[in-house]
Amino acid sequence: MTKFRTPISKVRGLGSARSGAHHWWHQRITAVVNLFLVLWFAASVMTLAGADYATIIWWVRDPIVSVLLVLLIGSLFYHFRLGVQIVIEDYVHDEGTKKISLLALTFATLALALAGILSVLKISFGG
Amino acid sequence: MASTERPLSPHLQIWRWGLHMGLSIAHRTTGIGNAVGALLLVWGFYALASGPEAFAGFHDFLTSLLGRLVLFGVTFSVMLHLCTGVRHLIMDTGRGLEIASNRRIGILAILAAIALTLGLWAGAYGFAGAL
Repeated sequence: MTKFRTPISKVRGLGSARSGAHHWWHQRITAVVNLFLVLWFAASVMTLAGADYATIIWWVRDPIVSVLLVLLIGSLFYHFRLGVQIVIEDYVHDEGTKKISLLALTFATLALALAGILSVLKISFGG
Repeated sequence: MASTERPLSPHLQIWRWGLHMGLSIAHRTTGIGNAVGALLLVWGFYALASGPEAFAGFHDFLTSLLGRLVLFGVTFSVMLHLCTGVRHLIMDTGRGLEIASNRRIGILAILAAIALTLGLWAGAYGFAGAL
């Protein structure tokens, strides 16, 4: 079967299809976003050290804080997914295991990000 | 798939250790280690959204000795990844690729990560009011 395939048909669909820099660029964009949001979040948590439940809820409920937290969680998990993808591609050589690992990674990071974002929105909308 | 046996390029055990190599490995290690921080983040907001009792459980863990050790480790891991990440962004622009300048921004990244970690913890204890 394979010997009837022409060399061009074997490589079709394996190239970058003009999206070769897509992963690299998104990792950089989210890196810059995370740089600012993580420093903001770390400084905020620092000032909230020792605060009670009501104070922390009051802080999260501020619309600007809510939006920044949603962006932080989204950007963080997207960046994490891109980074771990590279690690899997570097060390997992079996094609099947690699595909399953990448799907599991996507599912896990998406689920965790949504859990975090929905929790923030629930607090924000006063649930 | 290449089926012929080809010589592999030298890997970790071949090279003499240097700062650049250590930082490259540290960047990857802390990136994966930051998963602990990401889980704490989601757990924290989930607990907050679930009510005061659920949040008390999260709070009890974080303020326990183990919780504080984990959070300190997460703080340093996140800050080191952040600083070595900035170093990578600088190198992306073509700067800091010579031996001397590469070493300089490497040492700077480590010092900045230590300063940020200690500063955040000192600040947190200050705000908590000698907890």
